[in-house]
Amino acid sequence: MRWWWWIPLMLFAGFVGVAAYQLTQPKDDFVPSAMVGKPLPAFELPAAIEGMSGVSTADFQDGKPRLLNIWASWCLPCIAEAPQLDQLKQEGVEIVGIAIRDRPEDVAAFLARHGNPYTWIGADDLSQVQLAIGSSGVPETFVIDGKGVIRYQHIGDIRAEHVPILLEKLREAGE
Amino acid sequence: MSLTLFSRGMALFLACLLAVPLAAQQSLPPAPYAYRQLEDPAKEAAAQALMETLRCLTCQSQSIADSDAAMAGDMRHQVRTRIAAGEEPEAIRAWLVERYGDYVSYAPVVSETTWPLFALPLLLLAGAGAILWRRLRRAR
Repeated sequence: MRWWWWIPLMLFAGFVGVAAYQLTQPKDDFVPSAMVGKPLPAFELPAAIEGMSGVSTADFQDGKPRLLNIWASWCLPCIAEAPQLDQLKQEGVEIVGIAIRDRPEDVAAFLARHGNPYTWIGADDLSQVQLAIGSSGVPETFVIDGKGVIRYQHIGDIRAEHVPILLEKLREAGE
Repeated sequence: MSLTLFSRGMALFLACLLAVPLAAQQSLPPAPYAYRQLEDPAKEAAAQALMETLRCLTCQSQSIADSDAAMAGDMRHQVRTRIAAGEEPEAIRAWLVERYGDYVSYAPVVSETTWPLFALPLLLLAGAGAILWRRLRRAR
Protein backbone atom coordinates (compact mmCIF):
# COMPACT_ATOMS: atom_id res chain seq x y z
CA MET A 1 0.00 0.00 0.00
CA ARG A 2 1.25 3.45 -0.88
CA TRP A 3 1.84 5.81 2.04
CA TRP A 4 -0.31 8.63 0.67
CA TRP A 5 -3.42 6.50 0.76
CA TRP A 6 -3.41 7.23 4.49
CA ILE A 7 -3.71 11.00 4.00
CA PRO A 8 -7.55 11.18 3.87
CA LEU A 9 -7.81 9.07 7.03
CA MET A 10 -5.26 11.27 8.80
CA LEU A 11 -7.17 14.39 7.73
CA PHE A 12 -10.40 12.87 9.05
CA ALA A 13 -8.73 11.99 12.36
CA GLY A 14 -7.46 15.58 12.52
CA PHE A 15 -10.97 16.99 12.05
CA VAL A 16 -12.36 14.64 14.72
CA GLY A 17 -9.58 15.75 17.08
CA VAL A 18 -10.32 19.45 16.55
CA ALA A 19 -14.08 18.91 16.97
CA ALA A 20 -13.57 16.84 20.15
CA TYR A 21 -11.29 19.52 21.60
CA GLN A 22 -13.74 22.33 20.80
CA LEU A 23 -16.60 20.38 22.43
CA THR A 24 -14.72 20.31 25.73
CA GLN A 25 -14.03 24.06 25.70
CA PRO A 26 -16.55 26.39 27.44
CA LYS A 27 -18.56 28.46 24.97
CA ASP A 28 -17.67 32.15 24.87
CA ASP A 29 -21.02 33.93 24.64
CA PHE A 30 -19.67 37.46 24.81
CA VAL A 31 -19.87 39.72 21.79
CA PRO A 32 -17.32 42.48 22.46
CA SER A 33 -18.11 45.95 21.21
CA ALA A 34 -16.11 47.09 18.20
CA MET A 35 -16.62 50.68 19.40
CA VAL A 36 -13.83 50.53 22.03
CA GLY A 37 -11.29 53.18 21.03
CA LYS A 38 -13.89 55.20 19.14
CA PRO A 39 -15.83 58.28 20.27
CA LEU A 40 -19.30 57.85 21.75
CA PRO A 41 -21.91 58.21 19.00
CA ALA A 42 -24.12 61.31 19.23
CA PHE A 43 -27.22 60.73 21.37
CA GLU A 44 -29.54 62.50 23.75
CA LEU A 45 -31.68 60.54 26.19
CA PRO A 46 -34.47 61.87 28.43
CA ALA A 47 -34.27 61.27 32.17
CA ALA A 48 -35.30 57.80 33.35
CA ILE A 49 -36.88 59.16 36.53
CA GLU A 50 -38.23 62.47 37.69
CA GLY A 51 -35.81 64.71 39.57
CA MET A 52 -32.67 63.49 37.77
CA SER A 53 -31.34 64.75 34.45
CA GLY A 54 -31.01 62.72 31.26
CA VAL A 55 -27.80 61.94 29.38
CA SER A 56 -26.26 63.24 26.17
CA THR A 57 -22.91 62.77 24.43
CA ALA A 58 -21.83 66.31 25.35
CA ASP A 59 -21.99 65.40 29.07
CA PHE A 60 -18.95 63.14 28.55
CA GLN A 61 -16.71 65.76 26.96
CA ASP A 62 -15.82 67.91 29.98
CA GLY A 63 -12.44 66.28 30.65
CA LYS A 64 -13.53 63.91 33.43
CA PRO A 65 -13.41 60.13 32.84
CA ARG A 66 -16.63 58.34 33.75
CA LEU A 67 -18.25 54.94 33.86
CA LEU A 68 -21.24 54.38 31.59
CA ASN A 69 -23.39 51.63 33.08
CA ILE A 70 -25.98 49.94 30.85
CA TRP A 71 -28.56 48.37 33.16
CA ALA A 72 -32.26 47.83 33.82
CA SER A 73 -34.49 47.42 36.84
CA TRP A 74 -35.72 44.08 35.43
CA CYS A 75 -32.20 42.69 35.16
CA LEU A 76 -31.20 40.29 37.95
CA PRO A 77 -27.37 40.55 37.62
CA CYS A 78 -27.83 44.33 37.98
CA ILE A 79 -28.89 43.71 41.59
CA ALA A 80 -25.71 41.67 42.11
CA GLU A 81 -23.47 44.47 40.86
CA ALA A 82 -25.21 47.26 42.87
CA PRO A 83 -22.82 46.99 45.89
CA GLN A 84 -19.79 47.21 43.57
CA LEU A 85 -21.21 50.31 41.83
CA ASP A 86 -21.75 51.82 45.27
CA GLN A 87 -18.15 51.04 46.21
CA LEU A 88 -16.90 52.70 42.99
CA LYS A 89 -18.98 55.76 43.83
CA GLN A 90 -17.40 55.85 47.32
CA GLU A 91 -14.00 55.89 45.58
CA GLY A 92 -15.06 59.08 43.80
CA VAL A 93 -16.00 57.56 40.44
CA GLU A 94 -18.77 59.28 38.49
CA ILE A 95 -21.22 56.72 37.12
CA VAL A 96 -23.72 57.51 34.40
CA GLY A 97 -26.61 55.10 33.99
CA ILE A 98 -28.60 54.18 30.91
CA ALA A 99 -31.77 52.26 31.75
CA ILE A 100 -32.87 49.89 28.99
CA ARG A 101 -36.60 49.38 28.28
CA ASP A 102 -37.64 50.56 31.71
CA ARG A 103 -40.51 52.36 33.46
CA PRO A 104 -39.82 55.40 35.71
CA GLU A 105 -41.64 53.80 38.67
CA ASP A 106 -39.60 50.56 38.32
CA VAL A 107 -36.35 52.54 38.11
CA ALA A 108 -37.30 54.51 41.23
CA ALA A 109 -38.20 51.32 43.13
CA PHE A 110 -34.90 49.67 42.12
CA LEU A 111 -32.85 52.68 43.25
CA ALA A 112 -34.76 52.95 46.54
CA ARG A 113 -34.04 49.30 47.26
CA HIS A 114 -30.46 48.87 45.97
CA GLY A 115 -29.06 52.41 46.23
CA ASN A 116 -28.43 55.06 43.59
CA PRO A 117 -24.81 55.31 42.40
CA TYR A 118 -25.69 57.40 39.33
CA THR A 119 -25.05 61.06 38.54
CA TRP A 120 -27.47 60.99 35.62
CA ILE A 121 -29.76 58.28 34.26
CA GLY A 122 -31.00 58.27 30.68
CA ALA A 123 -33.97 56.22 29.47
CA ASP A 124 -33.24 54.10 26.39
CA ASP A 125 -36.68 52.65 25.66
CA LEU A 126 -35.83 51.23 22.22
CA SER A 127 -32.23 50.16 22.98
CA GLN A 128 -31.07 52.72 20.41
CA VAL A 129 -28.04 53.94 22.36
CA GLN A 130 -27.27 50.40 23.46
CA LEU A 131 -27.08 49.32 19.80
CA ALA A 132 -25.16 52.46 18.81
CA ILE A 133 -22.34 51.72 21.28
CA GLY A 134 -22.19 48.01 20.47
CA SER A 135 -23.51 46.69 23.77
CA SER A 136 -25.22 43.31 23.54
CA GLY A 137 -26.88 42.92 26.91
CA VAL A 138 -27.40 44.13 30.47
CA PRO A 139 -25.45 44.85 32.53
CA GLU A 140 -22.44 46.23 30.70
CA THR A 141 -20.07 48.98 31.83
CA PHE A 142 -17.97 51.22 29.61
CA VAL A 143 -15.05 53.44 30.62
CA ILE A 144 -15.38 56.79 28.82
CA ASP A 145 -12.46 59.23 28.89
CA GLY A 146 -12.72 63.01 29.28
CA LYS A 147 -13.01 63.56 25.54
CA GLY A 148 -15.95 61.18 25.20
CA VAL A 149 -13.93 58.29 23.73
CA ILE A 150 -14.89 54.71 24.74
CA ARG A 151 -11.77 53.21 26.35
CA TYR A 152 -12.86 49.91 27.86
CA GLN A 153 -15.87 47.58 27.99
CA HIS A 154 -16.82 45.29 30.86
CA ILE A 155 -19.43 42.66 29.92
CA GLY A 156 -21.68 41.22 32.63
CA ASP A 157 -22.10 42.20 36.27
CA ILE A 158 -19.22 43.88 38.08
CA ARG A 159 -17.93 41.56 40.79
CA ALA A 160 -15.57 42.51 43.63
CA GLU A 161 -12.52 41.41 41.60
CA HIS A 162 -13.46 43.72 38.71
CA VAL A 163 -13.47 46.91 40.81
CA PRO A 164 -9.64 47.37 40.80
CA ILE A 165 -9.56 46.72 37.02
CA LEU A 166 -12.17 49.42 36.39
CA LEU A 167 -10.36 51.87 38.69
CA GLU A 168 -7.11 51.19 36.80
CA LYS A 169 -8.84 51.70 33.40
CA LEU A 170 -10.35 54.97 34.67
CA ARG A 171 -6.91 56.12 35.85
CA GLU A 172 -5.45 55.29 32.40
CA ALA A 173 -8.31 57.16 30.74
CA GLY A 174 -7.56 60.20 32.90
CA GLU A 175 -3.89 60.43 31.84
CA MET B 1 -46.75 3.45 40.21
CA SER B 2 -45.83 4.34 36.66
CA LEU B 3 -48.88 6.59 36.48
CA THR B 4 -47.75 8.68 39.46
CA LEU B 5 -44.28 8.86 37.92
CA PHE B 6 -45.84 10.06 34.69
CA SER B 7 -47.97 12.69 36.41
CA ARG B 8 -44.96 13.84 38.39
CA GLY B 9 -43.04 14.20 35.15
CA MET B 10 -45.92 16.10 33.57
CA ALA B 11 -46.11 18.45 36.59
CA LEU B 12 -42.38 19.14 36.29
CA PHE B 13 -42.73 19.76 32.56
CA LEU B 14 -45.61 22.20 33.09
CA ALA B 15 -43.67 23.95 35.85
CA CYS B 16 -40.78 24.47 33.41
CA LEU B 17 -43.16 25.90 30.81
CA LEU B 18 -44.52 28.35 33.37
CA ALA B 19 -41.11 29.29 34.75
CA VAL B 20 -39.61 30.49 31.44
CA PRO B 21 -41.90 33.49 30.72
CA LEU B 22 -41.57 34.64 34.33
CA ALA B 23 -37.78 34.70 34.17
CA ALA B 24 -37.86 36.69 30.93
CA GLN B 25 -40.25 39.32 32.27
CA GLN B 26 -39.80 42.80 30.84
CA SER B 27 -41.62 45.90 31.87
CA LEU B 28 -42.15 47.83 28.62
CA PRO B 29 -44.27 46.73 25.65
CA PRO B 30 -42.25 45.77 22.53
CA ALA B 31 -40.94 48.51 20.21
CA PRO B 32 -43.54 49.77 17.68
CA TYR B 33 -41.97 48.00 14.68
CA ALA B 34 -40.78 44.90 16.53
CA TYR B 35 -43.84 42.90 15.46
CA ARG B 36 -45.50 45.26 12.99
CA GLN B 37 -44.71 45.07 9.29
CA LEU B 38 -43.97 48.11 7.16
CA GLU B 39 -46.92 49.35 5.07
CA ASP B 40 -44.90 49.23 1.84
CA PRO B 41 -44.58 45.51 0.86
CA ALA B 42 -41.34 46.07 -1.09
CA LYS B 43 -39.70 47.76 1.90
CA GLU B 44 -41.01 45.09 4.29
CA ALA B 45 -39.51 42.40 2.00
CA ALA B 46 -36.14 44.20 2.04
CA ALA B 47 -36.30 44.53 5.84
CA GLN B 48 -37.28 40.86 6.25
CA ALA B 49 -34.40 39.70 4.00
CA LEU B 50 -31.93 41.75 6.05
CA MET B 51 -33.35 40.66 9.42
CA GLU B 52 -32.97 36.99 8.45
CA THR B 53 -29.22 37.51 8.05
CA LEU B 54 -28.58 39.43 11.29
CA ARG B 55 -27.67 37.61 14.47
CA CYS B 56 -29.66 38.05 17.64
CA LEU B 57 -27.07 39.08 20.23
CA THR B 58 -28.79 37.68 23.31
CA CYS B 59 -29.77 34.37 21.64
CA GLN B 60 -26.85 33.84 19.34
CA SER B 61 -27.98 30.89 17.25
CA GLN B 62 -31.06 32.73 15.99
CA SER B 63 -31.54 35.57 13.55
CA ILE B 64 -33.35 38.68 14.76
CA ALA B 65 -36.25 37.69 12.48
CA ASP B 66 -36.62 34.38 14.39
CA SER B 67 -36.09 35.60 17.93
CA ASP B 68 -38.60 36.75 20.51
CA ALA B 69 -35.92 38.34 22.71
CA ALA B 70 -36.69 41.95 23.56
CA MET B 71 -33.36 43.11 22.18
CA ALA B 72 -34.04 41.35 18.85
CA GLY B 73 -37.38 43.23 18.78
CA ASP B 74 -35.54 46.52 19.24
CA MET B 75 -33.14 45.57 16.44
CA ARG B 76 -36.08 44.77 14.13
CA HIS B 77 -37.58 48.15 15.00
CA GLN B 78 -34.29 49.80 14.13
CA VAL B 79 -33.99 47.90 10.81
CA ARG B 80 -37.59 48.62 9.77
CA THR B 81 -37.55 52.33 10.65
CA ARG B 82 -34.23 52.82 8.84
CA ILE B 83 -35.46 51.03 5.73
CA ALA B 84 -38.69 53.03 5.87
CA ALA B 85 -36.51 56.17 5.97
CA GLY B 86 -34.87 55.06 2.72
CA GLU B 87 -31.60 53.60 4.02
CA GLU B 88 -30.00 50.77 2.00
CA PRO B 89 -30.04 47.33 3.74
CA GLU B 90 -26.28 46.90 3.22
CA ALA B 91 -25.64 50.28 4.89
CA ILE B 92 -27.58 49.10 7.95
CA ARG B 93 -25.59 45.85 7.98
CA ALA B 94 -22.34 47.85 7.76
CA TRP B 95 -23.51 50.07 10.64
CA LEU B 96 -24.07 46.99 12.83
CA VAL B 97 -20.79 45.31 11.78
CA GLU B 98 -18.99 48.54 12.75
CA ARG B 99 -20.41 48.06 16.25
CA TYR B 100 -20.41 44.31 16.80
CA GLY B 101 -17.91 42.96 14.27
CA ASP B 102 -18.55 40.39 11.50
CA TYR B 103 -20.20 38.09 14.06
CA VAL B 104 -23.47 40.04 13.91
CA SER B 105 -23.96 39.21 10.22
CA TYR B 106 -24.80 35.75 8.90
CA ALA B 107 -23.99 36.74 5.30
CA PRO B 108 -20.64 35.13 4.38
CA VAL B 109 -17.87 37.57 3.43
CA VAL B 110 -14.52 36.82 1.77
CA SER B 111 -11.92 38.43 4.02
CA GLU B 112 -8.31 37.97 5.16
CA THR B 113 -9.34 35.23 7.57
CA THR B 114 -12.12 33.51 5.60
CA TRP B 115 -10.61 33.18 2.10
CA PRO B 116 -9.32 29.59 2.66
CA LEU B 117 -12.94 28.48 3.17
CA PHE B 118 -13.72 29.65 -0.36
CA ALA B 119 -10.40 28.62 -1.95
CA LEU B 120 -10.19 25.09 -0.49
CA PRO B 121 -13.22 23.57 -2.30
CA LEU B 122 -11.93 24.97 -5.61
CA LEU B 123 -8.48 23.46 -4.95
CA LEU B 124 -10.01 20.08 -4.06
CA LEU B 125 -12.16 20.12 -7.19
CA ALA B 126 -9.14 20.97 -9.32
CA GLY B 127 -7.13 18.18 -7.68
CA ALA B 128 -9.90 15.61 -8.19
CA GLY B 129 -10.29 16.74 -11.80
CA ALA B 130 -6.55 16.32 -12.43
CA ILE B 131 -6.50 12.79 -10.97
CA LEU B 132 -9.58 11.78 -12.95
CA TRP B 133 -8.12 13.17 -16.16
CA ARG B 134 -4.86 11.24 -15.68
CA ARG B 135 -6.68 7.97 -14.94
CA LEU B 136 -9.01 8.29 -17.92
CA ARG B 137 -6.09 9.05 -20.20
CA ARG B 138 -4.18 6.01 -18.90
CA ALA B 139 -7.22 3.73 -19.28
CA ARG B 140 -7.48 4.44 -22.98
